[in-house]
Amino acid sequence: MAASETQVPTSTQKPVGAQAQSEARRAAPHTTEAASKNRLAASLRDAALAAFLAGVLGFFFIGLRTDLAPGGLDIRARWGAWLTSIAIVFIGRLALNVFVFKAAHPVGEGVGAKIAGVGKAAPKLGKWLTRALFIFALALPFFFTTFFPGRDRQFIDLAILIMTYIMLGWGLNIVVGLAGLLDLGYVAFYAVGAYSFALLAQHFEIGFWAALPLAGLLAAFWGIILGFPVLRLRGDYLAIVTLAFGEIIRIVLLNWYSFTGGPNGISGIPKPTFFGLELGRGDDGFAAFFGIEYDPIQRFIYLYYIIFALALLTNLVTLRLRKLPIGRAWEALREDEIACRSLGINTRNTKLTAFAIGAMFGGFAGSFFATRQGFISPESFTFIESAMILAIVVLGGLGSQLGIVIASIVMIGGIEMLRNLGFLTQIFGPGFDPVQYRMLIFGLAMVLIMVWKPRGLVTTREPTAALREKKRIGADMVAQGEGH
Amino acid sequence: MEYFIQQLINGLTLGSIYGLIAIGYTMVYGIIGMINFAHGDIFMIGAFISLAVFLILTSVLGFAFLPVVLLIVIIVAMLFTSAWGWTVERVAYRPLRGSFRLAPLITAIGMSIVLQNFVQVTQGARVKPLPPQIRGGVTLIEGSTEAGTIVVQLSYMQIIIIVTTVVLMAAFTLLISRTSLGRAQRACEQDRKMAALLGVDVDRTISLTFVMGAALAAVAGFMFLLLYGVIDFYIGFVAGVKAFTAAVLGGIGSLPGAMLGGLLIGLIEVFWSGYFSVEYKDVAAFSILAIVLIFLPSGLLGRPEVEKV
Repeated sequence: MAASETQVPTSTQKPVGAQAQSEARRAAPHTTEAASKNRLAASLRDAALAAFLAGVLGFFFIGLRTDLAPGGLDIRARWGAWLTSIAIVFIGRLALNVFVFKAAHPVGEGVGAKIAGVGKAAPKLGKWLTRALFIFALALPFFFTTFFPGRDRQFIDLAILIMTYIMLGWGLNIVVGLAGLLDLGYVAFYAVGAYSFALLAQHFEIGFWAALPLAGLLAAFWGIILGFPVLRLRGDYLAIVTLAFGEIIRIVLLNWYSFTGGPNGISGIPKPTFFGLELGRGDDGFAAFFGIEYDPIQRFIYLYYIIFALALLTNLVTLRLRKLPIGRAWEALREDEIACRSLGINTRNTKLTAFAIGAMFGGFAGSFFATRQGFISPESFTFIESAMILAIVVLGGLGSQLGIVIASIVMIGGIEMLRNLGFLTQIFGPGFDPVQYRMLIFGLAMVLIMVWKPRGLVTTREPTAALREKKRIGADMVAQGEGH
Repeated sequence: MEYFIQQLINGLTLGSIYGLIAIGYTMVYGIIGMINFAHGDIFMIGAFISLAVFLILTSVLGFAFLPVVLLIVIIVAMLFTSAWGWTVERVAYRPLRGSFRLAPLITAIGMSIVLQNFVQVTQGARVKPLPPQIRGGVTLIEGSTEAGTIVVQLSYMQIIIIVTTVVLMAAFTLLISRTSLGRAQRACEQDRKMAALLGVDVDRTISLTFVMGAALAAVAGFMFLLLYGVIDFYIGFVAGVKAFTAAVLGGIGSLPGAMLGGLLIGLIEVFWSGYFSVEYKDVAAFSILAIVLIFLPSGLLGRPEVEKV
């Protein structure tokens, strides 16, 4: 955590930042025995500093806890937890120092080379992985009903959830990954889609399939309305304004009782039908029509295929768009906006299309969310949701389609895994609930992966069309100053 | 009229708090050109540390003389919150200096999530109420209307907040304009590479910028705790966005601008809730943010930004 990795001796003018790291790395192999002893001492000192810092930071949070008590607030100490956290930081930092940062042959070296090797073989591997995942996704409901008959409902439900996030990730990927516009208010379009369908169903009794395109159009419309004034802003300002818009929409949904039902939300949203057939038990239902036995799982399987198809649609549209001039323009915009403008690309319209198309898919996903839940309220559309979708896109590698799939499976599936880690309560005591750590883990993963591999962990997406000599971008490649 | 004056006082009090947080945003933006999204959560951390110190002093150690308690709380909270500010910069931003522009913003969002959830996990999700500690005040105007008498009161609490802010601002302005650290900071703001060539330790200066921002945010957190008497792990988000709005409104990068913006945002929020609707007060602040960024990107006192290729 603490202290710099700089290892350059006899110089008062230390290099800074990424340059220091690269120089330290270059200097590392030329060390002798004496240096290795020095290294251990330095590692220990550094770890002790990190532990001290952890102690300072954790003192008022891990070491002490304020709680509501009958006579006001009560404060109590938890020195055990505090000392444990310090010990963990000390050991962790020491291990990192010894094996990675200050080692003659960092452990990560080989791994890094291997990853690079895999990366070279990636097109082939990625293609096969994509095919395998696609086939698995296609057969997934039947896989679960056959092999896990007792828990199939739970698994398919989880698959629907993951698929929703994949779709949202793909939608946001158009905006963030391809066009390079950081949108922190994506959940607003998700909300617009969900509320459009819910309100249309409530007031005009429109079914899911009729409302779906309308919801998408409305979301795209909102994307244009919100996008038009803000898109000439620069990257980080744009991010903050989209965040503000997302919050405004949520607050309006929360307070406009007469129209949206306020915090009570809207309930009784109709389920999707299969060409007019309800997936219910009735005589005119899906099961009765086809002469098969009714099973509640059918509705889940049907929902799964709907979101699967919607997600595939998102993916296909993105893949095709990427080959069109507009897609090329998006990627060029991401790489260098000024160059784009110099080449006569209408950046405003290009950005606006990305914004609107991304918003449209958010709207589709939103109306699916509404029909799946049967109930929506502003609770479901907080900033955290936007941050989660963004985390998936970032971790998957900005711009990569396959990366988003893997990131969604790992992160959303990982949260579900946390629920099943019951044995941890035996280690940490009965009050331990792994689920409350999920956002903490999410945030840490976002920070660490961004620091380690700014272009995404799973895969990176280079521009579709590029000169052979690419401008390489990343923390470790730009020495100092204002790399763009 | 009495109601208006009372709201004016309340607005200035709230605005002082926003202004103190806004300084952290504006300094960091000025020096490394990034939005420190986690700064609002540093403010929240400061509020929690203040609460813990306050409870230790009053209920565990049994101090009763309030001015001394307040002073100790402010100093301890500033120190410990600074450590948080330093760590956030060291862990999440320094490795990404020189990376593409959105990278530090993304880690900042991650850091904000981490801080919120760290506090939620370690301190619980429920709100922490602290009964009002400083009571009473000075009655300025006593007027009577048909509904009854209206009293315009300037409470001791509000006096403390405004005086503390003024003192801190004065000290801070001196620090920036007169000390070598302030000079180094201004140099880094103008041209980081040139400053490094002339022997300014850029990394250290940037770290100290974060430390100062965090210390001011800690004071803001403590005053928020005293003023509202309720804190939870989520207060940093909305307060952070409003303070950022203040920094943008005043002209990002400008210190007097941050303070001015803070006061304006405080006044707007209070008058909006007083005369229009309380539910939509956050909408007012967020809309101002959007409007200012769209129509007046350099703010009231800021310099227009030159785009470098």
